[in-house]
Amino acid sequence: MSLRRRPALGIGAALLLGLALAGVAAPWIAPYPPEQQDLENRLTDPDSAHPFGRDDLGRDLLSRAIWGARISLLTGAVVVLISGLAGVLIGSLAGLAGGALDACVVGVMDLLLSFPGVLLAIALVAVLGSHLANLILALCLIGWVGYARLARTLVLGLKGRPFFEAALSAGSRPGRLLVTHLLPNLLGPVLVQASLGLGAVILAEAGLSFLGLGVPPPAPSWGSMLRAGSQNLLDAPRLAIVPGAAIFLAVLGANLVGEALAERLDPARRAEGAFL
Amino acid sequence: MIGFLLRRTLLAVPLLLGVATIVFSLIHLIPGDPVEVMLGAGAGAADVSGLRHRLGLDRPLLLQYADFMVRLLRGDLGISLRYQDPVGALLAERYPATLLLASCSMILALLLAIPAGVAAALRPGGLADRLTSVASAMALSLPSFWLGPLLILVFAIRLDLLPVSGMDSPAAVLLPAFTLALSLAALLTRLLRASLLEESGANYLRAARSRGLSRVGAVVRHALRNALAPVLTVAALQLGSLLTGAILTETIFAWPGLGRLLIQAIAHRDYPLVQGCVLLIAATYVAVNLAADLLHVLLDPRAAAR
Repeated sequence: MSLRRRPALGIGAALLLGLALAGVAAPWIAPYPPEQQDLENRLTDPDSAHPFGRDDLGRDLLSRAIWGARISLLTGAVVVLISGLAGVLIGSLAGLAGGALDACVVGVMDLLLSFPGVLLAIALVAVLGSHLANLILALCLIGWVGYARLARTLVLGLKGRPFFEAALSAGSRPGRLLVTHLLPNLLGPVLVQASLGLGAVILAEAGLSFLGLGVPPPAPSWGSMLRAGSQNLLDAPRLAIVPGAAIFLAVLGANLVGEALAERLDPARRAEGAFL
Repeated sequence: MIGFLLRRTLLAVPLLLGVATIVFSLIHLIPGDPVEVMLGAGAGAADVSGLRHRLGLDRPLLLQYADFMVRLLRGDLGISLRYQDPVGALLAERYPATLLLASCSMILALLLAIPAGVAAALRPGGLADRLTSVASAMALSLPSFWLGPLLILVFAIRLDLLPVSGMDSPAAVLLPAFTLALSLAALLTRLLRASLLEESGANYLRAARSRGLSRVGAVVRHALRNALAPVLTVAALQLGSLLTGAILTETIFAWPGLGRLLIQAIAHRDYPLVQGCVLLIAATYVAVNLAADLLHVLLDPRAAAR
């Protein structure tokens, strides 16, 4: 798949990589500390020293946006990693074992899927308290189900394939079967789900922070910056525009990469007819 | 088919029971003493023990659970700590606003998606297709809590065309409905395009074209009807997501629905009201998914066999 023919992958990867680099290099490239206030210069317009101006507490908006990349992308990566690993492990074990364990896992998955995910995350953070760790916990608790369902379906499909039956009759143990035969076959579809899931997690983290249920202030999270910005729409709309654009670009990057990977792994998606 | 309908309806019962159990557990997940958290640090011992007794938290857990379920069946969701009114009455007051917003968003999403999906499918790879493809990719990544404030900025503040918030006039529903509808419209556009393209080689279209119908006419009069079935099923399934999406949209536009009530209840640590809101939104979600499955079978009876 050349990047020229399918620019989406290139654009998506560049967006994600650029934001991730900004987040990693934040201590060196951000012009000011993100929480440094200057109450005498609140809501000042952009100038050469502060290209995006200052917020309602006189903090440099550009610096906060750069540091925000760290919180958003790190939360996204941690949630995708934990929920992906847990989901793939639970789903493939359930699919492999079958019987009561499978029925039990399916029951829990059905229950969690019947509950709107974001609502469950909101309810959990509401009772556990607004804290980054609680937010990550809530997003993982709703996130693993998607991976588990995917892994279980794929394992059930692979169980009927000749290579699996051959390995089984050759005396392979279930644990070894899982690691050497099943997991490598799950990698592609799980990668697609993880990439699309990254966008969804970034969006959920920012949404919860926007509602005041995520990362508490003064930490520079894009969601809470947008929340403060929407309260100053009249005086300084850029306070809402800048963090919102950052969230949009991060989610767009993850979605573009996910969709390009999905298309590459599933050629049927590319084959299209045309009307007479 | 009747067997499928009955089975699917019965399946919703354990799900609703599970949802109620999760909602019951919420109050017990509060770190520390939930009553002290609800009343705040300065509460007296008498107030704490009074509320603990009123909420039934001084009784054994199993008894609390049984009591919660029995009261739920009677429609009794307790008393709101902040408003001192029955939670059921508060929910009944706000529910219609959320349903109105969700329905308007669904209609708007379909109105946007159907022409866009048809335009994209008519010439795959053509200008309209590429434009809708880029627009839908962007719309699916656009946070509603960014789009909402931007729409307020342009249409309510700068152009002064529409109200900033509330639901005092019929026009007030436009901005929140559009905010909520846009990503759904993008999803439905993609689905309709794919669904139409699946119909593209069908013999009935060849027959329609040979009778002299134009390509657009054949697609709109014949293919669209078949292609819409899966799109409508997904739209019905997404109605549930609109309810949760409404939590953000209602907060942005001060729309007096369930979502805003939930966020206000969380801010005031009014946990009986939080439980009521979560329960009603989740139960509606289960009911909507059930209705969507039934609709799917009615539109395509082969689905019952699968």
